[in-house]
Amino acid sequence: MLPLKEKDTPIVRKLLTAGCCARCILRFCCVSVPASYRQSQKDTLEELQTFLRDTGNNQDSAGPESTDKDNKSHDAAESEASEDPPNKKAKLELSVTDAAAGPCVCVLCLGILQDLCDVSQAVRIADAVKKGNYEFDTLVLSVSLPAQLCVRERSCWLHVKNEFREKSTVLSRDDVIQVKEAFKWIMQGLIAKELGGIAVVAKSAFEVSVEFTHPETDSNCHFLASTCPDCFKPTKNKQVAFTRMAVVKALDKISDAKFLKHFSCPPSRPSTSCTSRDVQCLHVSVFVAGRYNKFCRSLPQTPWVIDGERKMESSVEELIAAPVLSGFRASGFNFSSSGREDVDVRTLGNGRPFAMELVNPHRSHLSGEEMKQLQQTINESSDKIKVRDLQIVSREAMSRMKEGEEDKTKSYTALVWTQKPIQKDDIAFIDNIKDLTLDQKTPLRVLHRRALAVRQRVIHSMTTRFLDPHHFYLGLKTQAGTYIKEFVHGDFGRTKPNMCELLKTDTDILELDVESVDVDWPPAIPE
Amino acid sequence: MRRQLSTAITHDDMKGKQSEDHCILQHSNRICVITLAETHTVLQNGRAIKNITYQISNGCSRLNNKVSGKSKRGGQFLTDFAPLCRITCTDDTEYTIYSCIRGRLLEVNENILETPSLLLEKPSTEGYIAIILPKFEESKSITENLLTREDFERVVSERSVTQSQPS
Repeated sequence: MLPLKEKDTPIVRKLLTAGCCARCILRFCCVSVPASYRQSQKDTLEELQTFLRDTGNNQDSAGPESTDKDNKSHDAAESEASEDPPNKKAKLELSVTDAAAGPCVCVLCLGILQDLCDVSQAVRIADAVKKGNYEFDTLVLSVSLPAQLCVRERSCWLHVKNEFREKSTVLSRDDVIQVKEAFKWIMQGLIAKELGGIAVVAKSAFEVSVEFTHPETDSNCHFLASTCPDCFKPTKNKQVAFTRMAVVKALDKISDAKFLKHFSCPPSRPSTSCTSRDVQCLHVSVFVAGRYNKFCRSLPQTPWVIDGERKMESSVEELIAAPVLSGFRASGFNFSSSGREDVDVRTLGNGRPFAMELVNPHRSHLSGEEMKQLQQTINESSDKIKVRDLQIVSREAMSRMKEGEEDKTKSYTALVWTQKPIQKDDIAFIDNIKDLTLDQKTPLRVLHRRALAVRQRVIHSMTTRFLDPHHFYLGLKTQAGTYIKEFVHGDFGRTKPNMCELLKTDTDILELDVESVDVDWPPAIPE
Repeated sequence: MRRQLSTAITHDDMKGKQSEDHCILQHSNRICVITLAETHTVLQNGRAIKNITYQISNGCSRLNNKVSGKSKRGGQFLTDFAPLCRITCTDDTEYTIYSCIRGRLLEVNENILETPSLLLEKPSTEGYIAIILPKFEESKSITENLLTREDFERVVSERSVTQSQPS
């Protein structure tokens, strides 16, 4: 039994005549009982017709205009054997005959709530999910509908509203059930069944997306571009995009009167049904963090490619990502770390914090044991890097890592060359220098890609270890963002003060190691 | 640092004036540092500098050069013979230093205004004149008309020969 009331009668009649399917009629009658939509189309239509017959007997004819139209247009239709007033019935039968004879695509949902939401569709969706081989407990079904559905909806709303303005129907536009909602009411249960009882919920880490398109009626939206041009600004590279959002915005702006000037009411009958595109599965990103050491002086952090040519073999991020991607069966990754070091610089000590976003992971829950195993795999794969404290973290944790870039201190060891010969005593004074403030102009070596500026940075303390008359080791503890190399060689005098000035000789830096990155994140994982 | 500053190319006899040699140090990232070659006349014969100015005309001072942002907007665009600065020595000889390459002026060395001796003592490091960023498309071609180190040394040695020829 459909929860329809007598006041719904004119709406049902009008929409049926206009070419709406049974379920769309239920929507416009604000039927919010999901079960009503799960009945078969045939049953629903029959119940609607019964409803009309029952209430039609209680009502007078709809109005002078419609009766005239009925008289003129029903010539072809032979009414079935029935005792009811022939005019109205005949017109209704016309629609029914159309539906029975050939596919009569609904003017509102373009077939989405007709043949596109049955068991075979559920099977199709379920098969795509099974094929993806994801690990998941629940899923959320997301549906993308052609933007013109909003336009047609507005048209039918006006079609219904116009006739019954006086009859204060309690209907408001917001009470009409959305196509999307009705579709989900029907499909969620069917899909859940095909997947062996998986819960299809409103919010989940795993999203299954179904998209419908209907090229035949895409032009329905086009008039909005001329009536509300500011909603449809074409972006640089693309043509005007009739996105759902833009269409909804334009429809909000346009008055009913103006709408009716440009678009037919009721909407035109389509000849084809929507097509559904390939089902897309997407699992929400998983974040993996850790700390890495770099023991090689010829390894960039990210792939070094110029004009499509790989300049250096491999990279820190690729060496870490490869086993992690396969462990989580993810399609891609975004690597970020708390600062970076140059190709020729080693990262020693506890290592540098990093975090990776794994995109669309087919596996998302790995146990502590499995993470340890993954860490071992990375460490055994190469002697150029080492990873520790590998763990799954939340998205919010990423910001903790970036903290380190600006605020925290770092320690380094540099191998310094001096032009003039030195003795141990010549460098002893350096150990006593505390909180030395530097003015560093943007180093020449990065000036091509960074703005020209002067940065003040502090070297908190230094230690020296004499090696030979032209070399010594310099330990430094500095503020984040200090350019160590430039402090040592002076960068054409653009970093002041610098080691050349302090030692009154030309100096250069031969080797640099990062000893520590003083960020206490991610939490240490005991071995 | 030095390994990244590859080709030191020279423009000899700038503007036809004998031995007014300029040296351009180009980094692998295409940035160029304009310096005096060690053979430049200014650096010879124990000259002392009286004055250096970046005011090259009534309307233009290289000190007013202001760049902003990554694309270095606002930097004065220079052509090969654009003057960078004028040097006056105590013996009243005057020299104009030129850009030598096309590109956007990023900065001029203000340290030599305060300490002119830097120019004499460390012409190829702290005594540099200016930093110029050539256009990406031109970064390789700008140095084509200039001499490599070897070619330059050959030119210099030929100079000495000519000079020692009996007139």
